[in-house]
Amino acid sequence: MFDAVKHLFGVKTFAHGIHPPDSKNDTKELAIHQFPFAELLIVPFSQHIGKPAIPIVGEGAEVTRGQMIAKPDGFMSVAIHAPATGVIRSISLTPAINGKMTPGFFLEPYTASTQEVMEGPPVMPDTASSEEILSAIQNAGVVGLGGAGFPTHAKLKVPEGKSVDALIINGAECEPYLTTDHRVMLEHAEDVMKGIPYLLRATGAKTVVIAVESNKPDAAAALRKALPADLPITVEVLPVKYPQGAEKMLVSALLGREIPSGGLPLDVGVICTNVGTTAEIGHLLPRGMGLYERVITVGGPAVKKKGNYRIPIGTPLRYILDTVGTEDDITTVVMGGPMMGAAASSLDISITKGSTGVIAFTHRETGRVNEIHEYPCIKCGACVDACPIFLNPSQLGILASKEQYETMVDEFHLRDCFECGCCTFVCPSHIPLVQKFRVAKAASRKAQAKAAAEAAK
Amino acid sequence: MTRLAKTLTIRSSPHIRATSGVDSIMFNVVLAMLPVCFYAVYIFGMAAFLVLATSVVTCVLTEHLLCRINGKATTIGDWSVVITGVLYGLTLPPSLPLWMVVAGGVIAVGVGKYLFGGLGYNTFNVALVGRAILQAAFPAAMTTWPDAPVNRFGSLPSSTLALPLTKPIYDGVSSATPLADWKFNQVAAETGDLFMGTISGSTGETCALLILIGGIYLVARRMMNWRIPVVILATVAIATGILHLVDPERYASPTFMLFSGGLMLGAVFMASDMVGSPITHWGTVIYSVLIGLLVVLIRVWGGMPEGVMYAILIGNAATPQIDSWIQPKVYGTSTRRAAT
Ligand code: SF4
Ligand code: SF4
Repeated sequence: MFDAVKHLFGVKTFAHGIHPPDSKNDTKELAIHQFPFAELLIVPFSQHIGKPAIPIVGEGAEVTRGQMIAKPDGFMSVAIHAPATGVIRSISLTPAINGKMTPGFFLEPYTASTQEVMEGPPVMPDTASSEEILSAIQNAGVVGLGGAGFPTHAKLKVPEGKSVDALIINGAECEPYLTTDHRVMLEHAEDVMKGIPYLLRATGAKTVVIAVESNKPDAAAALRKALPADLPITVEVLPVKYPQGAEKMLVSALLGREIPSGGLPLDVGVICTNVGTTAEIGHLLPRGMGLYERVITVGGPAVKKKGNYRIPIGTPLRYILDTVGTEDDITTVVMGGPMMGAAASSLDISITKGSTGVIAFTHRETGRVNEIHEYPCIKCGACVDACPIFLNPSQLGILASKEQYETMVDEFHLRDCFECGCCTFVCPSHIPLVQKFRVAKAASRKAQAKAAAEAAK
Repeated sequence: MTRLAKTLTIRSSPHIRATSGVDSIMFNVVLAMLPVCFYAVYIFGMAAFLVLATSVVTCVLTEHLLCRINGKATTIGDWSVVITGVLYGLTLPPSLPLWMVVAGGVIAVGVGKYLFGGLGYNTFNVALVGRAILQAAFPAAMTTWPDAPVNRFGSLPSSTLALPLTKPIYDGVSSATPLADWKFNQVAAETGDLFMGTISGSTGETCALLILIGGIYLVARRMMNWRIPVVILATVAIATGILHLVDPERYASPTFMLFSGGLMLGAVFMASDMVGSPITHWGTVIYSVLIGLLVVLIRVWGGMPEGVMYAILIGNAATPQIDSWIQPKVYGTSTRRAAT
C-alpha cells in the first residue's frame, strides 16, 4: 500500500520486496585492484547458459592473454578467451559450482611474461551493422555479468515482429555485500557510456535508463557527469530495496510496465543489461578484445583483505582466499551475493564470467542460520508481503510439504517464482520456503519431461 | 593455506535471515500485554492475580504435558501458549473460581490447540475457545461481577477458592458491567472511566489506554497487522455512529461502544492473532469488517450484552474461506484469482 503512495509522489519503486542490511560499507570505498595470477587457472568451456564453447586449442598449446581459445557453438553460446599468457597444461574435468564435473582448460601462466593483452580489429558502433555488433559481442565472449550468465548477444537480438523502445542498464546491485557494479560505475563511467551506443545500435532502442540504488550516490553522480550530450540517456536513482535488480522489478519501477507471466522484458518493449556488462562491451569492442577477467567483490566477515578485484577468469577459489587471507572459523563460501548466491562445495571451483562475488562467512553467521529452529507456518503473511511477484509462499510451502507439485504449478503460479529468497528471508518460522520451491520446480519439470516422453512414444 | 576445505558447509540461499523469529514475536506479544495485566491486578487485586497466574500456569502445563505424553519435544518455548494463558486469563471475571479457570484452560489448549495440530494449525483463537466453553458451562459465574473487596490485596472474594463443582457463593453486591448496564438499564458509563478502566468487567478488558499502548508497541515493531484492530474499531465506530445518529436514546454512542466490554482487548490482541486471521491485506480487511459488524449486531440486537467473543470466533471460522477467495494477484497475470 505504501508503495502505491510512493508512486503517486514520483518515487520510482516496485511493490513488496525486503530490506536486508546492505553490508556494503566494507568494500564500497575500495577501488578496483588487479588480482595476481594463480599458478594454474581452470577455465571451463561452459560459463554461460546454452551450449558450451568448442575448444580451438589443444593440450600443450601456448596461448596469449586475451586470445580466443574456444569458439561459440551455435547461437546460444559464446567464445572463451585465455585469461593469461601461458601454456594449456591439460583439458580435463573440473567441478562447477553445483558440484557437477565439466570440461575445462588447465592453463599455467608464464611467470616471466609481461601479460600483454591481445587486441584485434575494432568494431565501432557507428559503422558496424546490428548483426556485426551482435556477432562481435558473441565473439568477445560477453555474457550477463550480473550472475545469470545469459549470452548477451542473444539477449540483445530483437526477434522478428517485436520492437524495443527502452533499454534499462541495471546498476541497482541490490544484493548485500556486492560492490562491483558500484565501483565499475564510479571508476569506469566512461566505459558504460561507450558501451551504450553498441546496445542502441544493436537493438534499435530509443531511450536508455541507467538504474542505480540510492545507496550509491557517488556512482550516480559519476554516471551523470559522464553522460554524453548526444545520447538519450537518463540516470534514475531508486530507493534501496531487494530484489531491485531483477528485471521484472526494474521494468515495473522505472517504466510502470508489467512483464506477462512467463514472458521477457522484450514482451513490453524493453531490454535490460547489467551495467558491468555494458562497461565491458564499451571497453572490449573498440579494442577487438575478448572477456578474460572480471571485477569481483571478495568480502564477507571471514575475509581479511576485503576488496573489489579484477580477477582473471579461471582463478580457483582456494587461491583467492589464500591471497586475501581468511578467519580461522570460516565455514561457508558463497559465489555471488548472500540472497541468491550458491555455496561452494569445493575450493577447486574457479571464477567464471558469471561470478559477481566471493563472500565468505564464519561460524558466527552460518551457525546462526543453520541452527535456527523451524516452526510451523503461523500465517503471519510476512512472506506474502515480501514476494515481489505476489505469490503466496505460505500456501506454496504448505502444498510443497504435501508434495502437491501440480497444484503449485497450475493454481499457484510456482513457475513465476524466480527464487529471490525474500520469503525465506522474512519467514519468522524459519521455513526454508524457496528451498522447497526449488525442489518442487525440479520435481514438476521432471514429471513433465516424463509425460512428454510418454506422449512421444 | 585456507583450512576450510574439510569444514565447508553447503546450504542453499538465502544465506542471511531477518532477525525476528516466531519465539521473539510471541515473546513481544506477552510483553505488550504485561501493562494490562499489572493494571488489572492493581484494579481488581489478589483475585485477578490468582486468575491470571492460574490460567498461564494451566495453559503452559497442559501443552507441555500433552507434548510429553505424545513423545514429542515440548513446544512451550515458542511462547505462544503463554500468550494464550495471559489472554485467556484476561477474558475471565476476576472473581471466577480458580477450578473453573483450570478446567477452561485445559480444554482450551487441549482441544482448541493441540487437537487441531498445535501452533499454526488451530482454527480458533485458543484463549477464546477456553472462554467460550466456560461461558457455556458456567453462564452465571462468567457474568457475575462482584464489587472489588475493600481490602483487595488482603482478602479474596469467597468465590475464588470455591471447591470444584460447587456453586460459588458471592459475598459482595454484584454490579453490572457497563454494557449490561446500558443494555438492560439504558445507563451509559462515562467515557473517561471506560478509557481508564475504572469500572467493572473482565480482568483485562477494562483499560483501553494500556491495551492501545501494547498494540502500538507491536505495530511499531512490525509484529502485528495494524489493519485488523483499526478496521474492526472503525467498523464498530461507523456502524454504531450511524445508529446513534438515528436514535440516540436507543443506541449508545460510538465512543461508549468502542471503549466498553472486550472490544479493545479482542480487536488488539485476539482478532489480530496471525494464525486465525487471513493472510492477505484485503483478506484481513474483509475479516475485520465482518468481526466489527458482528460485534454491533450481537451487542445491539442479540440477547447478550457482549458479542466480541462470538464475533472473533466466527471471524476465525471464516478465515480459510476468505483466504481461498483473496489470493494475491500474481505479477504478470491478469486474473485476480489463481487460474484454476
Ligand atoms: S523466492 Fe519465489 S516465492 Fe519467494 S519471494 Fe521470491 S519469487 Fe516470491
Ligand atoms: S512468513 Fe513463514 S510463517 Fe509467515 S505466513 Fe509465510 S510461511 Fe507462514
